[in-house]
Amino acid sequence: MTLLHIQNLNLSADSGKPILRDVSLTLEKGQILALIGASGSGKTTLALTALGHMRPGVRHVSGQVLFRGEDLLRMSRRALARLRGRKLAYIAQSAAVSFNPRIRLDRQVTESSRIHHTMSPDAAHARAREVYRTLDLPTGEAFYNRFPHEVSGGQLQRFMIAMGLHEMPEILVCDEPTSALDATTQVEVLKALDTGIRASGTAAILVGHDIAQVVQVATHILVMRNGEVVERGTVEQILHRPEHPYTRRLLEMHRGFDAESGTTAAPVTAATAAAVSPPDRTDRPPLLEVRDLAVCYGTGGFAVKALSGASLTLNGGEMMAVVGESGSGKSTMARAIAGLVQPSHGDVLVNGRLIERDVLKRPLPVRRAVQITFQSADTSLNRHHTVGRILGQVLTFFGERSKERRAERIRELLEQVHLPADYVDRKPSQMSGGEKQRVNLARSLAARPDVLICDEITSALDNIVAASVLDLINELKRELNIGILFISHDLSAVAAMSDKIMVLRNGEVVEQGPTAQVLGAPRHPYTRLLRSSVAAMRLGWLEEASALHRSLRDELGA
Amino acid sequence: MMPHQTSTLFKSLFRPTLLSVVVALLLLVAFVVLAAPLLPLHDPDAFLSSDGFVPPSGEYWLGTDFLGRDLLARLLSSGRVTLGMALLSTILAHLIGDTLGLLAALRGGWFDAVVSRIVDVVLSVPKIIAGLVVLAVTGPSLVAIVVLTAVVYAAGVFRIARALGQDLIAQDFITVARARGEGNRWLLFGEMLPHVVMPLTADFALRLSFAILFMSGLSFLGLGVQPPMADWGGLVRENLDGLQIGSWAPIYPALSIAVVSVLLNLFVDGLQEREKKGGGV
Repeated sequence: MTLLHIQNLNLSADSGKPILRDVSLTLEKGQILALIGASGSGKTTLALTALGHMRPGVRHVSGQVLFRGEDLLRMSRRALARLRGRKLAYIAQSAAVSFNPRIRLDRQVTESSRIHHTMSPDAAHARAREVYRTLDLPTGEAFYNRFPHEVSGGQLQRFMIAMGLHEMPEILVCDEPTSALDATTQVEVLKALDTGIRASGTAAILVGHDIAQVVQVATHILVMRNGEVVERGTVEQILHRPEHPYTRRLLEMHRGFDAESGTTAAPVTAATAAAVSPPDRTDRPPLLEVRDLAVCYGTGGFAVKALSGASLTLNGGEMMAVVGESGSGKSTMARAIAGLVQPSHGDVLVNGRLIERDVLKRPLPVRRAVQITFQSADTSLNRHHTVGRILGQVLTFFGERSKERRAERIRELLEQVHLPADYVDRKPSQMSGGEKQRVNLARSLAARPDVLICDEITSALDNIVAASVLDLINELKRELNIGILFISHDLSAVAAMSDKIMVLRNGEVVEQGPTAQVLGAPRHPYTRLLRSSVAAMRLGWLEEASALHRSLRDELGA
Repeated sequence: MMPHQTSTLFKSLFRPTLLSVVVALLLLVAFVVLAAPLLPLHDPDAFLSSDGFVPPSGEYWLGTDFLGRDLLARLLSSGRVTLGMALLSTILAHLIGDTLGLLAALRGGWFDAVVSRIVDVVLSVPKIIAGLVVLAVTGPSLVAIVVLTAVVYAAGVFRIARALGQDLIAQDFITVARARGEGNRWLLFGEMLPHVVMPLTADFALRLSFAILFMSGLSFLGLGVQPPMADWGGLVRENLDGLQIGSWAPIYPALSIAVVSVLLNLFVDGLQEREKKGGGV
């Protein structure tokens, strides 16, 4: 039975720029449709039309969105309100901002049934318990009646799924249901979503940026690009026999890292890792050496240990990946090395010399030697400045007085990050996310650093764009012979390229060593947990991963 | 790039938007007030008629005031006083408030704490009461009135500038500049200033209308500009008796205050509208 039928839908932005072009799709009962594509491909916009919702700034040009034969886009607000939450449910990306912090969770989950008078209070209560059990949430009335801040991020996201499934909707729209979570939690939430959808028999539309993850849950896939449908088919068809070259490229991006063996498509073995490293590492001091670094936030009885006992060495032409989930202390370590937070203990040595803890007390050559690049290119670049001014200021600051030589160096920097020379006059608003991140990198390079700290610089980017930025980092590492400390929560992104890896958990170093060795034969269960959280592009991965997770979690005692 | 920019600026100013109409009217007010001495008007201080409150005629367009002086000439000359003093004190208020506010956001610590508490004290005293007390002590000199208005309004400006600054401080481009070791001067003028120009311009216009109202209020209470000099508030006060005999003499200056205040508020609305459309600076 066809639940949703979208016919030749055309949407445009207020400026007239098309967002969706002639998109058609049908959703049958029991189907789970995944929309995949790069950001800006229109997949979220399309998914939201299934709720009869258009974001501000989006205009309906032509076409219909038929839910059981009725056009959602022409329906009155009241009629839509009757459908939403009851027949059409929505699961948002960030549960943390979607729940009312002052209302108990169980009350929020059952709220829709009270508004629509669809169930008696007792029935609603029983139905909620049933969903909680399906989603593998801890049991107990006390737990269900907690406030949103009293449960973990993964649990909160599962409450969000429970809210969506509570009224047994006919269509469930999931907008990036796992992206806001830590890698290790994503597996568990994904499994819960999968079980929940299958148990309730609802049809679903799934939008996600990690293709390997969404295919685990989906039955059908729609590939989108620039607002158009590129290819459609069942999961088996798309995974095993993709027809369109774009689909093949998208899938290829995700096959870079093979989680099972811990190796990569271009395997970094111990032999190649050694060949890449400079041969004279014995006579020269390492570029960066960190000894027993510890950072505390707060003082006295309120002090929180964010990092303890971290040590590392980094040579020229080497890249060290620092991975761990949020709160593991990886960014704290980066900031302590950069001199932005004060370590409570430990030393940082650059080129064999002990350096001052506070960046303002460091002499100019030391400041120059250590540069840090942040995650969000949007907030890292002053939107009122042109690229030329942004880069020029760094050059001026580090003592380049001649205007001509500055202009020359800016050209050189833009070339290094593969941006056209005329970008010098552009402002951040005139560039894409990937381009902004390149400018961000160029600014760090302008100082001619010895050590470059990259704090999650690819996390906010699309897969394809992130891959190109990673390529760039790799290239810079080799060409400029600098040491790179690459901080990331995404193991798959960095495993392929790093020479060494450090795994952090709760502020402590869990495991550390050459990447091939650590990921090839991880000793610590947490490293295994991280490794098994990287989704593999094959069917059945989710089952295996969640089973493995359960046993590893037991081993970790968490 | 340049010719394109100028032409869009040209277009955006001459397209009949709310902003361009309001700016044109404000410029007209400024021109008339400033050019008054050059216009063929009566001497604002000359006693032209033995009777007060002469009704409007071809000779006296708006009639005369209570002492038989030409009201139009007086309206324009006192407008110069009103607008000039308000402008001066608002500029002063912004110089003090912006500098301290942005510095407080940037430096934090004891500096922020001390200045913020002083500002709390200033804001906790009703403005007009503060004005009455201070001017009773210092006497109503022009300098005292301007400085008083500036200080009273600088407190509000400080709050706005500090809030804007704190928003910016949290952003990574400031952290990046700090990680490089940049000093406060670059952070303040290089990184922060371009972001706060628009909101502070809007605040300036709003503050200017408050200052006009405040100073007019003081004059109306007799604590502002002293005769024979007068501002619009003073003009309302000295001609107030005319109302009883049906003269419009106190209405015109009151209307002038209202018109300029409304224009300034519309100017702020226009700025916001333009910002929303992504016009930028």
